Amino acid sequence: MLTLQILANGLVLGGLYACIASGFSLVWGVLNVINILHGSFIVLGGYLAFYAYGLLGIHPFLSILIAAPLFFALGYAMQHTLINRMIAAPVLLTLTLTFGLDLMLSNAMLATFTADFRKLTLDPPLGTLAFGTIVLPVDRLIAMVLALGLTGLLYLVLSRSRIGRAIVAVRMDREAAALMGVNVKRVYAITFGLGTLMAGASGPLLAMIFPISPLTGPAYLGKAFVICVLGGLGSVPGAMIGGLALGVVESFGSLWFGPEHATTLSFVLLILILLVRPEGLLGRKGYA
Amino acid sequence: MRREALVAATLFALVGLFPLVGEAYWLRLGTTMLMYGVLAMSWNFIGGMAGYPSFAVAAFFGLGAYSGAVAQKFGAPAGLAWCIAAASALVFATLLGLALLRLRGHYFAIASLVVADVLRELVNSATDLTGGGMGLNLPVPAMSSIDAQAAFFFYAMLALATITFAATLLAARSKLGFGLRCIQQNESAADMLGVDTTLYKVCAFALSAVFVGAAGAIYASWVHYIEPPDVFDVLYSVKAIVMVLLGGAGSLFGPLLGAAVFLSLEELVWRKFIDVHTGVLGLLIVLLVMFLPKGLLSLSQRLPWAGKRP
Amino acid sequence: MSADGPALLELSGVTRQFGGLRAVSNVDLSIARGEVIGLIGPNGAGKTTLVNVITGVHRASSGTVRFDGTDITRLKPYQAARRGIARTFQIVQPFPEMTVAENVAAAAMFAGAAAYGSEANAQALEHLRFVGLADIAHSRAASLTLAMRKRLELAKGLAMRPKLLLLDEVNAGLNATEVDHALHLIRAIAARGITVLIIEHLMKVVLSICTRVVVLHHGELIATGDTKSIVKDPRVVAAYLGRRYGAADSALRGVPNG
Repeated sequence: MLTLQILANGLVLGGLYACIASGFSLVWGVLNVINILHGSFIVLGGYLAFYAYGLLGIHPFLSILIAAPLFFALGYAMQHTLINRMIAAPVLLTLTLTFGLDLMLSNAMLATFTADFRKLTLDPPLGTLAFGTIVLPVDRLIAMVLALGLTGLLYLVLSRSRIGRAIVAVRMDREAAALMGVNVKRVYAITFGLGTLMAGASGPLLAMIFPISPLTGPAYLGKAFVICVLGGLGSVPGAMIGGLALGVVESFGSLWFGPEHATTLSFVLLILILLVRPEGLLGRKGYA
Repeated sequence: MRREALVAATLFALVGLFPLVGEAYWLRLGTTMLMYGVLAMSWNFIGGMAGYPSFAVAAFFGLGAYSGAVAQKFGAPAGLAWCIAAASALVFATLLGLALLRLRGHYFAIASLVVADVLRELVNSATDLTGGGMGLNLPVPAMSSIDAQAAFFFYAMLALATITFAATLLAARSKLGFGLRCIQQNESAADMLGVDTTLYKVCAFALSAVFVGAAGAIYASWVHYIEPPDVFDVLYSVKAIVMVLLGGAGSLFGPLLGAAVFLSLEELVWRKFIDVHTGVLGLLIVLLVMFLPKGLLSLSQRLPWAGKRP
Repeated sequence: MSADGPALLELSGVTRQFGGLRAVSNVDLSIARGEVIGLIGPNGAGKTTLVNVITGVHRASSGTVRFDGTDITRLKPYQAARRGIARTFQIVQPFPEMTVAENVAAAAMFAGAAAYGSEANAQALEHLRFVGLADIAHSRAASLTLAMRKRLELAKGLAMRPKLLLLDEVNAGLNATEVDHALHLIRAIAARGITVLIIEHLMKVVLSICTRVVVLHHGELIATGDTKSIVKDPRVVAAYLGRRYGAADSALRGVPNG
């Protein structure tokens, strides 16, 4: 019974992780840039939901609609003005660049919101739902459904829309895409915008479950990375499966080894996978 | 090689005169600068020479700090504790390197970045040995005055920096350094030419750890108190990288120059913008990467008086 | 067809599989010391994969590779290099930020066992003189033209003091004069007693300097013989030109066109 409950908890968590990782994976896969800012974007989205609810009474699930365009614009502008100049630079430089940007953003959040952990609590609370012996809080359940929905939406955009197909084309073969008339620079900016959007939109969802603080950014970033390795780069289904897998592994891991060893556990998992399959569980080789 | 050794010896000897003229504040700054120099020169082995974007400096620093502190807790004298710390960092990096150095690019970078978090978590939970989140107090050295203590740690760090520089010089002017340059330029071609890439990379990784481990231990003794978030701070990794980038990656004196310039900037930023100093640090990093990716030494080559590079 | 004495390189039953694809399939090949042997076959025949198996880049899925009397099937590239197998690449791979001389010195040092410093440098210069690049020994390797890079590859290969030199399409992309110069160099290398395996697309090259030719098609070794007989071999003609033009050998899978 306990096993089922833990599995359910893990899947709920995993749905959120999938949402976190899909944007990160997209940017990494298409631009070959590791966006260290991703974790801070998530936290910023959380604050947006927190204040929208606290000050304006906007329900956190609705604030996703506000977050989405704002974060898309932020990501688009950032890529267009800064990161695009460094797109062809060695890994170390692009990493250091986004690291520097992250220091600025997280410090700005620290100065504005302080390091205190805030908790977004809905009033009135939504209660719980029971499926047989499995009990799940309703807010978490909705958060998971929305997270998976967002991820699914991203998948649809990539597979069905014109711009989505251009993004996929650039990911597969940049030169060929450029020859076929795709504006690579614009595709990069849109991709980065979409990645940022996914981070910013998952912020309100995570704020329903976890405390919000600038200090939590790196942990989200780490999870996004592990998921990419699990699921392979640049594919939404990969991020989905990787996210669910990590959620389940973490749930059982904290049962067996204690929650304080979550990072160690995912690191060991990460190393094992990288050593056995450097291209990820589902991924194909190609993006270093 | 002789000329460079001579320049360096003069430089380190001059720095050695520092305590004679400096007051406490400057001595503290000098010790920090030497420590930064050790971190930067160490990162240069793996990041500059071999071209592997390692973020593991923080892990080695924290490991060294805790190894030294625990050794001192069990009664080891400071000098012995520092050697133990260096050795444990060396062994750890060798084993870790055998696993991690099979990865390339982003995978290696992030995997190395996570190591510090993992160690911090382990140290946090090993409360009996490390004091966990409460931190660990170290014995204060039995010395007559505060000034004498400050000078003692300054010279300890100076000695370590000298050794690190000597190791850099020896590596850069030997088969090891040459092989690492080959790996940095094209690893599979190096492999084809007979370079045992695994061995060379592990050597570079171990070299990037051993002196950092010692620096962490000296730091722990110096400040008398350490806690996990302090010594496993990822900023140690980032700072080491930034200092090398600032000075010029792969060069001999670049990391030292970078350390000096970086510390000056940091000190200014600290004083003027205490609340947002990491943000300003971030801005510095962004500007550096965008406008000066080859470092300050690259500027000198544009000047008319600059000699031809050898 | 094998020459006198024990073979320098001996492949038996070598197969290399990528997923479901057999890039190299059950190849037996024996190369004697001092031979200049050509390996030909249409694009995608598995020539480069075979070279990669010999040099340790890929490990054989089955079968063994013996070199100079020892089994080297499981060796890594650097180990194969140190035992005396040198190769040049189809796509040339210098260390771009090093000088031409440093590139060659690296080969002399790591595979050729020259000491770091003056010994390696002296050897490098000697090989550069041989291939005609001594004048630009101190230029950056990245600044070289394609033809010069190919010569640099040859110098690097020689500096490794190889017993066996594998030349993977050294002539691809060169004009007629450049090809002639390269052929001249290869002959001079062979005259030093180094065994040479030339992987080629151009028949002309193979015919003019090889003593023996082996033909790879769809990963299988379909023919081996001297240059005269090989061009008349119906299986080879079929492999190159498609079945319609070859003899009616129904056992052979032909390619529709070229």
